[in-house]
Amino acid sequence: MQIARETLLRSYRAMRTIRMFEERLHVEFATGEIPGFVHLYCGEEASAVGVCANLTDNDTIASTHRGHGHCIAKGVGVAGMMAEIYGRSTGVCRGKGGSMHIADLACGMLGANGIVGGGPPLICGAALSHKTLRDGGVAVAFYGDGASNEGSTLESLNLASVWNLPAVFVVEDNGYGEATGASYACAGTQQARAAGFGMPYIECDGSDYFAVHQAAGEAIAHAREGRGPVMLHVHLARWYGHFEGDAMTYRAADEVANARRDHDCLKLFRTRVTEAGLFEGSELDEVDAAVADEIEAAVVQAKDDPLPQSADLLADVYVRY
Amino acid sequence: MSKKSFRQAINEALRQEMRRDPTVILMGEDVAGGRGGSAGIKDAWGGVLGVTKGLLEEFGDTRVLDTPITEASYIGAAAGAAVTGLRPVAELMFVDFVGCCLDQIMNQAAKFRYMFGGKARTPLVIRAMFGAGFNAAAQHSQALYPLFTHIPGLKVVIPSSPYEAKGLLISAIRDDDPVIFLENKVMYDEEEDVPDEPYAIPFGEANLTREGRDVTIVAFGRMVGLANQAADRLEKKGISCTVIDPRTTSPLDRDTILECVADTGRLVIVDESSPRCNMATDIAAIVAEEAFDTLRAPIRRVVPPHTPVPFATVLETLYLPSVDRIEAAVTATMAHRVVEKV
Repeated sequence: MQIARETLLRSYRAMRTIRMFEERLHVEFATGEIPGFVHLYCGEEASAVGVCANLTDNDTIASTHRGHGHCIAKGVGVAGMMAEIYGRSTGVCRGKGGSMHIADLACGMLGANGIVGGGPPLICGAALSHKTLRDGGVAVAFYGDGASNEGSTLESLNLASVWNLPAVFVVEDNGYGEATGASYACAGTQQARAAGFGMPYIECDGSDYFAVHQAAGEAIAHAREGRGPVMLHVHLARWYGHFEGDAMTYRAADEVANARRDHDCLKLFRTRVTEAGLFEGSELDEVDAAVADEIEAAVVQAKDDPLPQSADLLADVYVRY
Repeated sequence: MSKKSFRQAINEALRQEMRRDPTVILMGEDVAGGRGGSAGIKDAWGGVLGVTKGLLEEFGDTRVLDTPITEASYIGAAAGAAVTGLRPVAELMFVDFVGCCLDQIMNQAAKFRYMFGGKARTPLVIRAMFGAGFNAAAQHSQALYPLFTHIPGLKVVIPSSPYEAKGLLISAIRDDDPVIFLENKVMYDEEEDVPDEPYAIPFGEANLTREGRDVTIVAFGRMVGLANQAADRLEKKGISCTVIDPRTTSPLDRDTILECVADTGRLVIVDESSPRCNMATDIAAIVAEEAFDTLRAPIRRVVPPHTPVPFATVLETLYLPSVDRIEAAVTATMAHRVVEKV
């Protein structure tokens, strides 16, 4: 499938934005200025962006605790996200959600989620809304190999098939559920699980934007045409720990270094598009510089933004009470 | 106006709201019942106790959705549908099954609005039956409304009669927050006059089923009827009771309770949920904190013991609050005399 040049440029920018957003958070978190838990998505950028390049604001996604990449890929603003992570009233959730609960329903982002396996049932509901309201939308659940073992996830695969929902289940398999290897924790295969629920299965290399884009495009088209749910299994590497501060003593010394050297989705993307003559390296460098400025501005702004007021504590528990 | 059972009142509320608003959908285990069965009937049950019977016929299977027996997925789906444009009414069948899907209610639906900085609306209703008195034993008889009341973001409704059930369910469906609507399973065949037209009873406004001067009784759901029976008996002995049906435990009409306690000086709370951290303890705390000086006797709670609900009729009868126990509690509070400290 030919991907439009502007889509490629937008995707490159989104992947670079995720990378720089996360690497900056890694640095800022170490200073102690960022409260709470932070889970970084570095290394997995092509998955969120390759999938979301096939979606519009009318489509819905649900994310995970490792949600920054999905948010950026779906169009949530970086400044509002950064302010949220800093707990500022200007944050996308007014400082009341934090890293694990960033959501923006206006662009179809149903939320990061602090509960492993929290998203797939919600996506069944969003898909049911798309189907019932006949708006042509598709709902996509991102979840990890860890969440793939949750009962809520397995129930959702069944329900989506039983109701023939326009849903795509994207297993982002980075090989670890927290500190425990998927090779230990996941019995059988994701492919066999999809088959067990009667749904098509596609797998792809998550460091290859083009592979993800192609596979997700097929899966999403299948769901959008009313032919039922699909499982998309994306193989990835997580470059940082489960959370910031995780020393990753459970990983071999060279594992992350190898992933950074051989499976960096941004490097691979650049090589491919420049060798194909689609872009000059300098064009992409300009994007990198613009993104760097945007992230810098977001951090400076977030640190300067106002904190929530005491009245905010009681606001928005209910629409009306 | 005509005589309707608790079951019929709930069915009528669902039917009228589904006619009024095409985004209202039902889902749950056997809400139609019979799909995929060898008889080829698609509305065999209409809910395990027949509450949703006939709705499939009128609204079709895009709006009345039978689910697999997988509470986490379909309660979660109801939450997800609610934040994306539908107004789902999900039936959990027995409230005890919340153990299979509490995450979807507690961590997802209840918290969307707050976590997302006020940007989400979650117009979700979860209907479930509750309560002892059916020999349904420990896993099908609990009264778990304190559990839901404890969770900010949820509203919790306990109708005490067919009239109340219809008006409160209509309010629940029209509400933009997640609502837990709890139906005492012993009441489904109780009848009373219920208007044929739709009407909404607001949340957080208690109903005084009778007004008296001596003792205030606060009771929930089926306990309201028992409290009124006890009050009838006590009236004949010259003890006059106010009976308050709060209708909703969240929001709770604290003002009405405090005003009535200020008038009577005595409070008995009847609550069929487990006695630790239940509505009786909650209301006792509120009154102790805010109306201590108006009390003329210790607050009394008529509650079950701290045990699972037993099976055998003789034990289940002992377990539940009764008219006799309410009468005894009121009599005891009337007998209390304040001793002035020297």
